[in-house]
Amino acid sequence: MVGSFPFPILSAIVFVPIVAGVLILFINGEKKDLIRGIALTSAVIVLALSLGVYFGYRGELDTVGEMQDTLNGDGGELVASQMFEEGLAFQERITWIESLGISYHVGADGLNAPMILLTGMVAVAGVLISWQINDRTREFMAFFLLLVAGVYGVFIAIDLFTLFFFYELAIFPMYLLIAGWGWVETREYAAMKLTLYILVGSVIALVGVLVMYFTAGDFFAENPQVLQMAIDNGTLPAGSTNLSFDMTHIMVAAEAGAFNLPVLGLEGLTIARLWFPFVFLGFGVLAGVFPFHNWSPDGHVAAPTAVSMIHAGVLMKLGAYAALRVGVQLLPEGAQTHLPWIVFLTLINVVYGAFIAFRQRDFKYVIGFSSVSHMGLVSMGFATMNLTGMTGAGLQMFSHGAMTALFFGCVGMVYDRAHTRDIPSLGGFIRQMPWVGVAFIIGGLTSMGMPGFSGFIAEFPIFVGMWNASERISLSIGNFALTNYYSVIVILAALGIVITAAYVLRVTGQVFFGEFNRKLYPEVGDIAVVDRAVLILLGAPLIILGVWPTLMSPMIELGLGPVLAMMGGS
Amino acid sequence: MSLNEFINDPNLLPWLIPVGPLLAFFIIILATNRGRLARRAPGNPNYPDYDGMPVPEVTPSSIVLSVAVGWLGVMIAWVLSLITIVRALGEEGFGEHVFESGLDWLATGATALRMGVMVDPLTTVMLMMVPFAVTMIFIYSAGYSAGDPRKSRFFAYISLFAGAMLTLVVADNLLLLFVGWEIMGLCSYLLIGFWFEKKSAYDAAVKAFTTTRVADVLMLLGIAYLYAETGTLSFRTILRDSHLLEELANQPAIILGGSLSAAALMSILLIIGTVGKSAQFPLHVWLPDAMEGPTPVSAMIHAAAMVSAGVYMLIRMFPLFEAGSNLHGHGAEFAISTPLIFMAIIGGFTALFAATIAVAQDDVKRVLAYSTISQLGFMVAALGIGAYVAAAFHLITHAFFKALLFMSSGAVIHAMEHGEHHVHEHHDHHHDDEHHAEHDEHAHFDPQDMMNMGGLSKKIPWTFWPFLIGGLSLAGFPLLTAGFWSKDEILAEAWLGLTEGFGPHTFVFITLVAAAFLTAFYTMRQLALTFAGEPRTEEAEHASLTGSIAISMQLPLVILAFFALTAGFVGVPTDFPVFGPVFADVFPVEEVHVVDEAAEGGAGFGGEEEAASTEETAATGEEDAHAEEAGGHGDLKSNWFHHFISPTLIAAQEPPVIPFNVVPVLFSFAVALGGLFVGWAVYWRNPLETGQEDPLIGFLGRPLHNVLKNKYYIDEAYDWAFVRPIRWFSEVVVNEWIDKGLIDGILHTIAAIFTFIGDLLKVLNTWLIDGVGDGIPHLIAAFSAWFRRVQSGRIQQYLLIIMAAAILIGLVFAFSTGILTVSAAG
Repeated sequence: MVGSFPFPILSAIVFVPIVAGVLILFINGEKKDLIRGIALTSAVIVLALSLGVYFGYRGELDTVGEMQDTLNGDGGELVASQMFEEGLAFQERITWIESLGISYHVGADGLNAPMILLTGMVAVAGVLISWQINDRTREFMAFFLLLVAGVYGVFIAIDLFTLFFFYELAIFPMYLLIAGWGWVETREYAAMKLTLYILVGSVIALVGVLVMYFTAGDFFAENPQVLQMAIDNGTLPAGSTNLSFDMTHIMVAAEAGAFNLPVLGLEGLTIARLWFPFVFLGFGVLAGVFPFHNWSPDGHVAAPTAVSMIHAGVLMKLGAYAALRVGVQLLPEGAQTHLPWIVFLTLINVVYGAFIAFRQRDFKYVIGFSSVSHMGLVSMGFATMNLTGMTGAGLQMFSHGAMTALFFGCVGMVYDRAHTRDIPSLGGFIRQMPWVGVAFIIGGLTSMGMPGFSGFIAEFPIFVGMWNASERISLSIGNFALTNYYSVIVILAALGIVITAAYVLRVTGQVFFGEFNRKLYPEVGDIAVVDRAVLILLGAPLIILGVWPTLMSPMIELGLGPVLAMMGGS
Repeated sequence: MSLNEFINDPNLLPWLIPVGPLLAFFIIILATNRGRLARRAPGNPNYPDYDGMPVPEVTPSSIVLSVAVGWLGVMIAWVLSLITIVRALGEEGFGEHVFESGLDWLATGATALRMGVMVDPLTTVMLMMVPFAVTMIFIYSAGYSAGDPRKSRFFAYISLFAGAMLTLVVADNLLLLFVGWEIMGLCSYLLIGFWFEKKSAYDAAVKAFTTTRVADVLMLLGIAYLYAETGTLSFRTILRDSHLLEELANQPAIILGGSLSAAALMSILLIIGTVGKSAQFPLHVWLPDAMEGPTPVSAMIHAAAMVSAGVYMLIRMFPLFEAGSNLHGHGAEFAISTPLIFMAIIGGFTALFAATIAVAQDDVKRVLAYSTISQLGFMVAALGIGAYVAAAFHLITHAFFKALLFMSSGAVIHAMEHGEHHVHEHHDHHHDDEHHAEHDEHAHFDPQDMMNMGGLSKKIPWTFWPFLIGGLSLAGFPLLTAGFWSKDEILAEAWLGLTEGFGPHTFVFITLVAAAFLTAFYTMRQLALTFAGEPRTEEAEHASLTGSIAISMQLPLVILAFFALTAGFVGVPTDFPVFGPVFADVFPVEEVHVVDEAAEGGAGFGGEEEAASTEETAATGEEDAHAEEAGGHGDLKSNWFHHFISPTLIAAQEPPVIPFNVVPVLFSFAVALGGLFVGWAVYWRNPLETGQEDPLIGFLGRPLHNVLKNKYYIDEAYDWAFVRPIRWFSEVVVNEWIDKGLIDGILHTIAAIFTFIGDLLKVLNTWLIDGVGDGIPHLIAAFSAWFRRVQSGRIQQYLLIIMAAAILIGLVFAFSTGILTVSAAG
């Protein structure tokens, strides 16, 4: 365990928005500026704390790196879980329900620290962009903060029960925000669709997690020496019981081979192999994996701007993160079996999303489907199962989060002034709203993978990872074996990126360039200072990271150390 | 590190070369580009009509400041380049060791991508051309864009463009090269679409960006593959490691492994990048449309930067493309790798294909655009047959005369517009304050149409003479012009291969000779239509350039004209009759450098020049080994250019000096003079009269002329073959059928089933359960009435309730978990 703060910083990150949200509910709803002030203050505090976590962890990178090298060099048993435990910083562990092995256990490592930072950025941006909301401001802000808290909770959770707790906590304010403040035309349909998709997905994942939980319990009951070994080398706290939802706990069992037992006595069908698709795709629903993506564009479009931002920017990452954390990290054998075919789904994601985005007339749907396309690259990075590609996936999660939030911010600003999202009837807005135009172009360049922006440093490692993986991965169905197909997939995925360029340019051209129709949009003027802050907050990281990727990439690499160690240290 | 240290250390100096223009970009964008809202000036074509609404106009002072900043940035780059060049020229054994420095940028797994700069002989040559040409373009731009309200922004964009090109040139690895490459793509988008109110301009920008983007993504895949295989992208690490290259050439590719080696697959992906960037068939379609941009941008794209970048990358990566082939007969028999054949075919075909289109164009800039495509084809084809030095040589000379031609044509257009305004003012009494109306969509008169010109040589002599020189250089007018020497060298190499009976060389020789003939012909046609005879329109009658604009626009022409004539003399073959010895004295080659001499003497083609070594035996052991690898010493001296640039490659790969052969030279003479003569006979001797039809139509027949004039209908074919199907596919198949139909359809069906079950249960409920439970609503109503009292709004009461609830939940938990523990233990 590395790094500590003088106070429980991770809990502070989760509970500050909860407290602020509850506080807001007690305020007179007419005092809107006070409400906004409180919301903004709490969001800024949370962002500051997130920066603290991020850079605090960044300061520990050398220590973590040395520790991983030492452990890798020793080549002892249960190395991966030890690596994971030792790499966690700012841990807090409070026993919640001892008999069930449920504890409130949170921590930060290289994988979630960037996500924590991203959430903080989007939270502040979301509050700022909702500044003009006058309809039930109090409830809106309260629900929004609750949503932020839920998202944070999932990212920092190390205990799976805590993870699911916050996962569900995030969904309900989301539903209310969309249904209550969304686009009148589709908000009820979209809110219901979104909630059902995510709930069903999470329930499926939960079943998988419960299987892991009980299997690990049985395994430890039969092999107490494994538990003892983990306690001895410091991975698990003394007095750990057999049953536990703690991720480290389950990881020890997984590493010791608990999930490699055959199911129903069938040869080759192990627990890991059977349950990986449920866990990965269950969470993958939230990451927009094809064909479970359809909630997302509808949800994005129906949601109010701030919610779209957090929704596409952070919530989709939540799915990908959980799929990696719970699916790949705890069921590595399953990942090795199933990701080679899941990669086809990710390819469809990339190309299919881009194609649809290309033909949308609704400004917001374009961005919605572009998210589907870009999230496909994240899953594709996971599917490489090597350090390079997965690092790219991690970078893409952050990059896409900031980028898509920026996009939705821009769309919201245009919509607020033009009152339409019909692309062909817009035009020439860059002259009226130069900031928004430039920000949109920056986002567009990021999304098409232009060097100098964060999209490039994320996509390039994914491509390299795919080439690297191509020789090692093959897929056999009966007598038919498919080899080297990753290289074909990456070439086809590149097609998606070309289409991305096409639709980004098309939208930029039709919305921001061309002739401006003053008669149609008499009120369109430049944006407020608050909105500029949003654009800078979300746009600057795209450039900073694009120019200086070492701010983040080594951290993600170290975070992936345990995951790769679980997969046999590739 | 202090700035001083950077300037004094030649290894660090290259970092600073791109900084000037890049800094200028940021300064202009962030500081000096200050706009204010002003009433739209009447007649200002840059803004559509807003019913007199105020529009942002840049203040005059900010324009002056922006131009100054832009100039300063590029001047600094030029001066630093000159310092670097002087240092490089004075360096012993330059090429074996180079100026370089680097740092880690993005760690990927066990290896890290490095960012670094490097100056080797090839870079030095590029540094001679790029900053100079860019500086000329900047000077010219100040006059060209006088009166454009967005002049500041224009200077910001071209500064970024120049900075990106310089970044690309000094890059020591493919990744940084790619960064510069992409930023240039972005700049071309911004600049081609600079007058974005005009739909055709914006469409052209999108077309340019998307077309090159297709190629760039494939190139990026090639880079990724190279990196995945070798773990580095540094030029010198990869390209100077012959074992690594050999390994890549022997290893089957990851796809199509049966017929391609890994090296070949990477190479072809990289070459596709150039096919897009340097506008080779079939991705050439964007370049002619790029004429929608301001003319300095065309000069920038066509000469100094963008398209040169593509060929530069090919030259840079040549050893990888060559891997597995044996072109110079170092011992073994002739072999040519797939990527080289690919280049030879693409380049040779494009050279001829584009030249045929250029013949039938009437737009003064479009002729030049197709000539660029054709000349780039020459370079690509030259690389395809291994003529490394000749390709680099032609790249440089072409940059000089093509920049000259574009800027001259811009001056012609400007003069024509001036004439147009004159005509308007005198006939329509229509006051048009905006002097510069090249992009005015409402103008019916096309100032770029050569059919409207004629007789301009007397109106704008200072444009005519440079244009003539540039044109002759493009046509390869023998002996005097730069274009002749570089083109001749390519033909000489192709001829040598042809005599050996090599297929690719034969193909290249035939296509290039034909293309060179057409080039001379259309150049003379262009010169004659523009300048000869009497003005065909009233506008041409009044065409003129005056004042400071004339100086700013024509001074660079004169300077460039000098280089369009003389730049070729550094590469005159030493055994060329009369000229060879003369220029060998003017540009002496140092004799002391042993390694180079080994290469110089590298045996001729196919091992035929097995001449005995005569001197240079002072080689050290390692260098001696190189010399032997090279297959013995010839007695040919390389010219200055060849001598300087060869050490970019390792000795074993260095291209040999080919012996003088009179046949290709005669061909060069014949096609250049023949083409010019035919053009002269048709167009100059009897200049076109007003309204007279192009004699070409009579000669070719109208159908064929139409095909050429419409560029073989390739744009239409692409629209039909790619654009529409993609639209249809994404709209109908993906969006309507799969997404809305299939996936949502399934979901909605499930929802419908559930609704149905729900309705069924509801009915059951009404009949069955409600009958029983009619009392329940009453109960609920009573409960609510009670509960309303609880909601009294008093906080103490709330707290009490919350506490009670918490205790209750706690008890439930304790109770249930206790039971569970017992059962688990049991």
